[in-house]
Amino acid sequence: MKPKKWQWEVWLLNFIALGYLTLVLLIPMVNVFYQAFKDGWAGVWATWTDENFRSAALLTLTASAIAIPLNTVFGLCTAWILARHKFPGKAVVLSILDLPFSISPVVVGLMIVLVYGRQGWWGGWLAEHNLRVVFAFPSIALASAFVSLPFVAREVIPVLEELGKEQEEAARTLGANSWQTFGRVILPSIKWGLLYGILLTNARAMGEFGAVSVVSGNIIGFTQTLPLFVETAYKEYNSQSAYSASVALALLAIVTLVFKGILDRVDKRPKN
Amino acid sequence: MLPPPLRQFIRLSAKISLPFIVAFAYLTLMLFLPIGAVCQKALTEDWADIWRIATDRVAISAYEVSFGTALVASLLNGVFGTLLAWVLIRHDFPLRRIFDALIDIPFALPTAVAGLTLSTVYSPQGWIGALFPYVQISFSRLGVGVAMVFVSLPFVVRTVQPVLMDLEKDTEEAAACLGADRFQICFRVILPAILPAILTGIALGFSRAVGEYGSTVLIASNLPYRDLIAPVLIIQRLEQYDYAGATVIGLVLLLFSFVSLLVINLLQVWGRRYEA
Repeated sequence: MKPKKWQWEVWLLNFIALGYLTLVLLIPMVNVFYQAFKDGWAGVWATWTDENFRSAALLTLTASAIAIPLNTVFGLCTAWILARHKFPGKAVVLSILDLPFSISPVVVGLMIVLVYGRQGWWGGWLAEHNLRVVFAFPSIALASAFVSLPFVAREVIPVLEELGKEQEEAARTLGANSWQTFGRVILPSIKWGLLYGILLTNARAMGEFGAVSVVSGNIIGFTQTLPLFVETAYKEYNSQSAYSASVALALLAIVTLVFKGILDRVDKRPKN
Repeated sequence: MLPPPLRQFIRLSAKISLPFIVAFAYLTLMLFLPIGAVCQKALTEDWADIWRIATDRVAISAYEVSFGTALVASLLNGVFGTLLAWVLIRHDFPLRRIFDALIDIPFALPTAVAGLTLSTVYSPQGWIGALFPYVQISFSRLGVGVAMVFVSLPFVVRTVQPVLMDLEKDTEEAAACLGADRFQICFRVILPAILPAILTGIALGFSRAVGEYGSTVLIASNLPYRDLIAPVLIIQRLEQYDYAGATVIGLVLLLFSFVSLLVINLLQVWGRRYEA
């Protein structure tokens, strides 16, 4: 026996839920493309060929190119430690790993200023050696790396746990050294989780706004990243330029989501 | 004889390998050191000063806007997010996969872009703002709420979905066979099972919404006592070179992050209470 048929109520609930989704997510997303292209390609093209846009895009790409390898190496090490060892306080370590997600980006920026800024812990030493971190590229890379720190570890841990340690031990007894075990046994099995983790790291690092806007100083052409370019254009009431730059970032988001869809299909493990 | 945890620690440190060193060094440099810097800088002030800065009138109103609006936004998402998760799992309709993928947009879309497009769409001339001619949404506290709803929507949906998926349809059908009506099924069978997940999602979304800066700063007018949120206040203090003021408010937000992380962990433990 089935529960009494849900008829119009189901449609009403579907309608309410999808209506909410449309109001909150879909319309704003469509609006990005509409506003950018409402006067045709010319406006978008003008922004994309603009000197300042190019340097902002380059800076964003460079910062994420530094954040990705750092967080990948760290993420792999951490995932392996947490998946393969039992030790007291493991739950605490897992929570600490999530801290970068829950700390406000503005506080992240503040922390970087307090360590590397002129008044900060290492400010004096850095100034003596003529090194600039805050209001320069290093702080942007640092902020991007901080906010995207947990993604690789978070994605790889469940895969490693599911994999079990038998294959690793078998490789070891057959005489493989650590690097061979990693390169030929572990890496092939975790590649999809790792790839998705890297993808999320990239999306987060490229899109970071709050932390970067505190530490970068937003110097046009030098320390202005793409999200900062969007904000500056918006504040100057240059909405065509703001939306044209936004399209580039929105495309990045869509590529990330499409990739996620593909990976979900390739690799049928349940995701949370 | 040493106590067991200590013995375990020694045994563990005997096999410290490269991954341990890399992970620990990186965490120290990236996470522990900066957190230490905030605490140390804030605590160089007198307690009286810290208290005065942290409970300054502008600061109090900024907390009130941040926490109050974030609470409303995350509760709203608690209701609609649960409904969305249920609709996306239990029903099949055209474009379901697309709608499901859309949920993740706030995770992938840079917050500055979100703020830009939300402030246009919800402005009086915008597509949605025009539907509500007598309410100002953009550049008011309502706009802050809209931005917070946007950034915290995926949390509830994504935490409830797997739990709802595990809760077989059989359970609902069994309840129906035993004579439960639809409301009893909803409130006595489904809801208790997914409640920990809903609360976890709300807590995650709340924590995210309180810290949110990019989308809220673009949609708000950032006026004190009106729609100034705590993260924006930190930035304003920094721009005035008031490092003590910025640091103390930063510390308040940092402590909030610790507390919310603790609460989320407890909720997750509660959610797994029936698992082996």
